[in-house]
Amino acid sequence: MKKNKNNANQHVAIIGGGIAGLEAARALLGLGYRPVIIEKSDRTGGHVADWHRLFPDMSPAKDIVERLRRETEGARTLLQTEIYAAGRLGNDYTLTLSDGNTLRAGAVLFSTGFDLFEAAKKEEYGYGIYDQVMTNADLERWFNGGGDKRLDGKEIRRIGFVHCVGSRDVKAGNAQCSKVCCITAIKQAIEMKEKFPDAEIWCFYMDLRLFGKKYEDFYIGAQRDYGIHFIRGRVSEVSENIEGRVIVKAEDTLAGKPVKVSLDVLVLMSGMVCNRQVHGLACQLSLGVDEDGFLKSRDNIASITESDNRGIFYAGAVTGPKTVPETLAEARSAALSIHAYLSAQ
Amino acid sequence: MMEFGFSLSPSSAVDLDKVDTSRFDRLVEMEPQARICIGCGSCSATCTAEPYSGMSVRKVLLGLQRGRDAEVDRMLAACMLCGKCTMVCPRGINTRHLILSLCRISGKGKEGKA
Ligand SMILES: Cc1cc2nc3c(=O)[nH]c(=O)nc-3n(C[C@H](O)[C@H](O)[C@H](O)COP(=O)(O)OP(=O)(O)OC[C@H]3O[C@@H](n4cnc5c(N)ncnc54)[C@H](O)[C@@H]3O)c2cc1C
Ligand code: SF4
Ligand code: SF4
Ligand code: SF4
Repeated sequence: MKKNKNNANQHVAIIGGGIAGLEAARALLGLGYRPVIIEKSDRTGGHVADWHRLFPDMSPAKDIVERLRRETEGARTLLQTEIYAAGRLGNDYTLTLSDGNTLRAGAVLFSTGFDLFEAAKKEEYGYGIYDQVMTNADLERWFNGGGDKRLDGKEIRRIGFVHCVGSRDVKAGNAQCSKVCCITAIKQAIEMKEKFPDAEIWCFYMDLRLFGKKYEDFYIGAQRDYGIHFIRGRVSEVSENIEGRVIVKAEDTLAGKPVKVSLDVLVLMSGMVCNRQVHGLACQLSLGVDEDGFLKSRDNIASITESDNRGIFYAGAVTGPKTVPETLAEARSAALSIHAYLSAQ
Repeated sequence: MMEFGFSLSPSSAVDLDKVDTSRFDRLVEMEPQARICIGCGSCSATCTAEPYSGMSVRKVLLGLQRGRDAEVDRMLAACMLCGKCTMVCPRGINTRHLILSLCRISGKGKEGKA
């Protein structure tokens, strides 16, 4: 595609410096724009910067984050910066930033991502109550070398994974499937079996949703090569016994029998839920919010990266649970849509 | 003992801490494919013996991992080794061969062997 010559100084505001924001910035730089990344935390990379190895290739998450950071060095990146107010001015948008400056941009990209479901809200699973209960995100941090007293120096013989924590749960306010946690559970179960070869591992699932390339291979491998047990049934409750293990109760719905098992560590697959913090901004710009709280695309088939408002675009988990490759593809797609939009101005 | 007019039924709950899976473990050594069953039920649906006897490869594999040995043996006794289940298994498990191996482990004679 021809680079944008006339509008080389046109700014594109990218709200959120996760992989979606970074990949879009990289593509926009290549097209001759000047993206400005506005990131509320003290570093870019979003959630992926917390992960260790990524399914389906087990590639280090660090590699992709560091590459994207390198390739977006030409973009202005404002860390620890939030947007106080946003409005339209002629064809442009003006954003009032928390550092006191105002940014004028020809187009705005929302790449504000998702929030991890707060596992403590599902009190029956005992997160924050029992010392043996952790989340998928805690485990990734531990894989990355961050110590964790739930695992360090402990004899780990029995491990459980609970799928769908805060997802597919109308009572928890999230009817949607988080999409990545079935495969994440299997990935983490395999990684735990590698760390603790003598451990027995059980995954408690409602359905196994392994839609992506190589995901089913992971599942077969987990069963065949690692002997991981899969029990179809949602964990109903967790309690602690006198030996310092947690007892998990579920129904094995394939056997039609209740089961219980005692575990040294239980990992909760916290789901991807909407980032409520952006609702205020979305409201100021009259953007639609879907029933699940994620921002609403113009349509979910042909224009997932477009909003109903001219000049406002989406990429990544801001519109719903996404994998890394999906997020990156959307970011590149949004950058092209932004280019087409600004070129036509 | 005093009769109260009711009795307690034993709990049907499976305590995975106590289940003896040694028969399943031995089966896995002989038939590693035993682990990759996804519980789809194709085998049971196609089995000619199932409607009359309850034979189900799916339930056999699950039963072995849930300590339901008596049930497993009852089911095995009904198998005719016709091999229909092997044709339909989407995971490509050689279920017929698996049943034979299991009979060997269990000391139950199929084909006249004990
Ligand atoms: C436990 C777990 C493991 C996963 N593992 C994998 C994997 O192995 N492979 C894979 O393909 N996918 C994986 N995923 C999915 C992956 O995390 C997402 O695809 C990815 O994070 C989406 O990127 P994003 O940039 O859209 O959102 P995010 O990663 O959420 O980034 C959003 C960014 O925007 C910033 N932000 C938010 N609101 C504002 C605001 N108002 N103003 C300024 N900045 C803001 C945030 O601070 C953050 O930096 C996993 C998900 C989970 C939950
Ligand atoms: S991906 Fe799996 S664990 Fe996650 S919400 Fe969907 S069904 Fe549940
Ligand atoms: S081999 Fe046995 S289990 Fe399989 S279909 Fe025939 S009778 Fe049924
Ligand atoms: S057909 Fe194969 S995968 Fe399906 S339940 Fe039977 S043995 Fe398991």
